[in-house]
Amino acid sequence: MIYFIVRRFASAVLVLFAISVSVFLIFFATPGVDPAARIAGRSASAQVLAHVAREFGLNRPLPIRYWLMMEHLFIKQDLTSYVNIGVRVVPQITQAAPITLSLVIGAAVIWMIVGVLGGVVAAANQGKFIDPFIMFIGIAAVSVPAYWLGEVMNLLTQSKFHSSIFAWVPPPGYVSFTTSPSEWFLHLLFPWLTLAALYAGIYARVLRAELVNALNEDYVRTARAKGLSERRILFRHALRCSLISIVSLFGLDFGALIGGAALLTEVVFGLPGVGMLTYTSLQNLDLPVIMGCVMYGAFFVVLANAVVDVLYAYLDPRVRLA
Amino acid sequence: MPEAPLLQVRDLTVSFATRQGALRAVDGLSFDVGQKEIVGIVGESGSGKSVAIYSMLGLVREKNATITGSVLFEGREILGLSDKELQPIRGGSIGMIFQDPMTALTPVYTVGWQLVEQIRQHLHLPKAAARQRAIELLGQVGIPDPKSRVDRYPHEFSGGMRQRVVIAMALSCNPRLLIADEPTTALDVTTQAQILDLMLKLQDTYDSSIVIITHDMGVIAEMAHRVVVMYAGRPVEIARELDLVRHPRHPYTWGLLDAVPRLDAKHDRLRTIRGNAVSPLNLPPGCAFAPRCDYVMDQCAQRPPLQGDADHVDACWLSDAQRVTIRQRVEQPS
Repeated sequence: MIYFIVRRFASAVLVLFAISVSVFLIFFATPGVDPAARIAGRSASAQVLAHVAREFGLNRPLPIRYWLMMEHLFIKQDLTSYVNIGVRVVPQITQAAPITLSLVIGAAVIWMIVGVLGGVVAAANQGKFIDPFIMFIGIAAVSVPAYWLGEVMNLLTQSKFHSSIFAWVPPPGYVSFTTSPSEWFLHLLFPWLTLAALYAGIYARVLRAELVNALNEDYVRTARAKGLSERRILFRHALRCSLISIVSLFGLDFGALIGGAALLTEVVFGLPGVGMLTYTSLQNLDLPVIMGCVMYGAFFVVLANAVVDVLYAYLDPRVRLA
Repeated sequence: MPEAPLLQVRDLTVSFATRQGALRAVDGLSFDVGQKEIVGIVGESGSGKSVAIYSMLGLVREKNATITGSVLFEGREILGLSDKELQPIRGGSIGMIFQDPMTALTPVYTVGWQLVEQIRQHLHLPKAAARQRAIELLGQVGIPDPKSRVDRYPHEFSGGMRQRVVIAMALSCNPRLLIADEPTTALDVTTQAQILDLMLKLQDTYDSSIVIITHDMGVIAEMAHRVVVMYAGRPVEIARELDLVRHPRHPYTWGLLDAVPRLDAKHDRLRTIRGNAVSPLNLPPGCAFAPRCDYVMDQCAQRPPLQGDADHVDACWLSDAQRVTIRQRVEQPS
């Protein structure tokens, strides 16, 4: 198992290296594109272009350019934006990251609890009213777009009922956990619910399908023939095996969301997270920031996948050998 | 007065409501299993053998299934008991062995864990003692090096070894009755013989009775004391093993026995029973075997009752004299 973990993380590091190389090549070695002009932004003066070319060693060989780029990004961390002149890239990301992490981790806790609960209750009550009822709520939650749900939440909590039942809801924005844990919680509560709704719906539906399959497996019949209680059969045997696919799904979703896919929720609730940062930098064609965000996103996607694979191996002994 | 049978099945009927109408998978099955007796249930695929056995222990989970009749185990009616009431019987006094050992074990737990789970469920031993018992059992069923194998996962065992684990599990709580559903069908021939030997040996050690379901007359000949032959969900002949093999009475049993390949006789082709097993959805009103029977008569339009002397009954309209002539003709081909 330890060997498996070490091997998995070693390969994650390799993947990250490969990603950094390909990102570098896309930005700096695309034929017919002048990287200096790209980095310097629209209508840059000749002076600025020359400065950029010197800073990134654009007249030197590719491997050295790659090294200089990585040095600016990770070691000196002095990569600066040429759109908002003088603003450094790395601090922008480290400022935005905790906001996105707060949003996504909180939402993940909610959607895992709600999704697993919903899936188990539905599967355990197949054919009764509660099963299609939960599945209907699930499909409704999946179908509602996050920006719409978020706006409705805002409408209800910020204007319609703000003077009555939702008087306790703070205005949109973010307060860090270290400043005030309770304010942090209140500011994030509705963003969490909005983001979690979609995933809770998906997970409940996927888990129900997995559980229904598992309950028809031979090993469940064996478990029943062993004289185990229905509860034990459901949780220790069927659910345990169904969790494997839920976990792999979770890794993909979680990594992507941390990497910036929570953009819509961030925008609706005015949370200046990584999604928002990527979005504005894309609008301004702020190349250094885009690169930084891409590397950051890649890092979390790869990390989440490595963690999931380890978890996967823990849950399913058959994977450990491979 | 012989002692009361351990298991008494009377008129067991299992039917499923389907869109095409009621499907009678088991139709009026009755048999007894005595103390220390091995009863074989034999029949083609789809003859309702497995369903009959599963229905006794409440393992038929389909909501559209209707199960009627009576199953007395140690004098107590167990048909229709709730899952909770069945819990101490399942795995406790009745152990089960399944057809496919490759899928019968939960893949994510070690075999030891799964054995301990069952032992602790019924015998309420502390963990260490249960583990000790698990290791002992694995040794008894012939798994080499049980001390280290106990912590292995099912996928690390071969099919035969897994079936041994399943047998160890079935025996772990000293059941009075062992039900084996095609225990050797998924295994290769040499392993089959080992598993059957093992079951016989363990039956002797544990003094339990066995119901073994199979479609293999060879397994019947090796194991069973008494045999129930099933066709289309109905019992067609019940007899002691020797009587059945030497003096089979029902045409379907003749077909089954004649279809066994023999090494001492040279046939150009294996004998078969013509036609296919009938669908339980559209059974003929009379004898279910009539459409495939070589000796079908007008009378066969009515369903024949199980009749004969106490030890050998069958459901066929042929008279004793007719049967004798037919069998003589078959056994001495021109």
